[in-house]
Amino acid sequence: MNRMNRLATYKGRPGSLVIRLLVDLSALLTVIVLISLVGYILIKGIPHLNLDMFQWTYTTENVSMMPAIINTLSITALSLLVAVPFGVFSAVYLVEYAGRGNKLVRIIRLTTETLSGIPSIVYGLFGFLLFVVALGWSYSLLAGTMTLAIMILPLIMRTTEEALKAVPDSYREGSFGLGAGKLRTVFKVILPSAVPGILAGVILGVGRIVGETAALIYTAGTVTGVATSLFSSGRTLSVHMYALLSEGLYMNQAYATAVVLLVMVIIINAISGFIAKKVANK
Amino acid sequence: MNNSFKEKAMQLVFLLAACASIIAVILICVFIFGNGIPAMQKIGIINFLTGTLWEPFANVYGILPMIVGSIYVTVGAIIIGVPVGIFCAAYMARFCGPIQYRILKPAIDLLAGIPSIVYGFFGLVVIVPLMQDIFGTSGKGILTASIMLGIMILPTIITVSESSIRAVPDSYYEGALALGATHERSVFATVLPAAKSGITAAVILGVGRAIGETLAVSMIIGNQPIIPDSILSGARTMTTNIVLEMGYATGLHREALIATAVVLFAFILIINLLFTLIKERSARNE
Repeated sequence: MNRMNRLATYKGRPGSLVIRLLVDLSALLTVIVLISLVGYILIKGIPHLNLDMFQWTYTTENVSMMPAIINTLSITALSLLVAVPFGVFSAVYLVEYAGRGNKLVRIIRLTTETLSGIPSIVYGLFGFLLFVVALGWSYSLLAGTMTLAIMILPLIMRTTEEALKAVPDSYREGSFGLGAGKLRTVFKVILPSAVPGILAGVILGVGRIVGETAALIYTAGTVTGVATSLFSSGRTLSVHMYALLSEGLYMNQAYATAVVLLVMVIIINAISGFIAKKVANK
Repeated sequence: MNNSFKEKAMQLVFLLAACASIIAVILICVFIFGNGIPAMQKIGIINFLTGTLWEPFANVYGILPMIVGSIYVTVGAIIIGVPVGIFCAAYMARFCGPIQYRILKPAIDLLAGIPSIVYGFFGLVVIVPLMQDIFGTSGKGILTASIMLGIMILPTIITVSESSIRAVPDSYYEGALALGATHERSVFATVLPAAKSGITAAVILGVGRAIGETLAVSMIIGNQPIIPDSILSGARTMTTNIVLEMGYATGLHREALIATAVVLFAFILIINLLFTLIKERSARNE
């Protein structure tokens, strides 16, 4: 009955009906694209997963992705170690210290926006020219880390800024009223209450690092083993997958790697969604 | 005394951290432009930008085919991704109930999080064979890349458009409704036009993402350095030109690749500038 009523409202208004259909179709299409992408890769990929692929060392027989997983973890941790302090501190400066209409703030915003628009291949080329060639680090974990740290800096800055802005002014006033200095207020009151928001940004950054390929091929390199020092080369999981595909010999392993990558991304997204919900509830 | 010193010192630390992004941009410009522009001069700027032949072994470097390729796939991605994206954003902001929203929102976040290499792989094993069957060609080319990029820019367009549609005051919608317009007409004739600048910003961000995408495109576009003569023909973009040949390039060849990045960077800077201008204009309107 209800449906009949809704249909009746479109009588004599074909334009509205067409638009309604287009809108519904677009939303449906988006979901279908996602489901077919994830579904296809999971269904085709899961049968190719086997224990050989998770052995500690890579050989051409087992095509193990374990070293790549370990490299992904270490590059992620190291990049965050560099980018998070810089990102959080600059957001603190922008929100808590810089005055309104400050010229420097305008320049910082402009440069951050520029950074977030630069394609990852340009980051890769830049990292290659500066870290690998000019500083002589050769293809190394460190070169990859620094490149990615610069790449996720704007993301961390922006999310931290939003988290800091969301802290009510009464917190600051209360802290000042109790006689705390600016610094103490920042570290004991403002930052702790902004932690969930900052964390959400950090996790987005993790997602970006895990999925990154183009910026890493010519900085961290494509060596198949575990990178044992900052100056040794190692491929992350995404780069591993790229290498498998460009060699063209390991299609099955590429399917399996895609599954692992997808599962990682789904977990990362679930965590960030969970945190975002917590932030919203507060 | 001690305390005020600490305050001052930390303020300086925060300030220095904030300058990191400025330093990063300067470094990127110095290294990319510093290495690329001399190469352009060696090749001849006109020859480089308008040359239609890319033959590294003959020391002939013309990147017009790549510029054209990049523009083609970006336009293709916009044609495919923008209408779907805007309609979907309208659905999320003004049409759907809370249950649909709870499905759609994480779905779009997930689409945004899927690594580009996985998109490329999906394109390679699903879309390319599909194109082979339909058109009887190699399956790799502008159309395939456009479809893939159209999907990849969807989350950007949807998220940014949705928030700008939501920012339009309810009175616009209610006013139209009170004048007897249908729900659809109210949304598409009053709310969406009012969110125009936000939606434009979304499209520009999408353009930036499409033109900068590298690996997903490199797997499905065919990579021939020729000016494509149809949407089914293979092509090469500026990004794929860099990633394909950087591994073995030396000397002038490598410098020519860096010069390709200069041109790409110039495109991105123009896109960023447009984005900033539109954002500032809409901020002034509010």
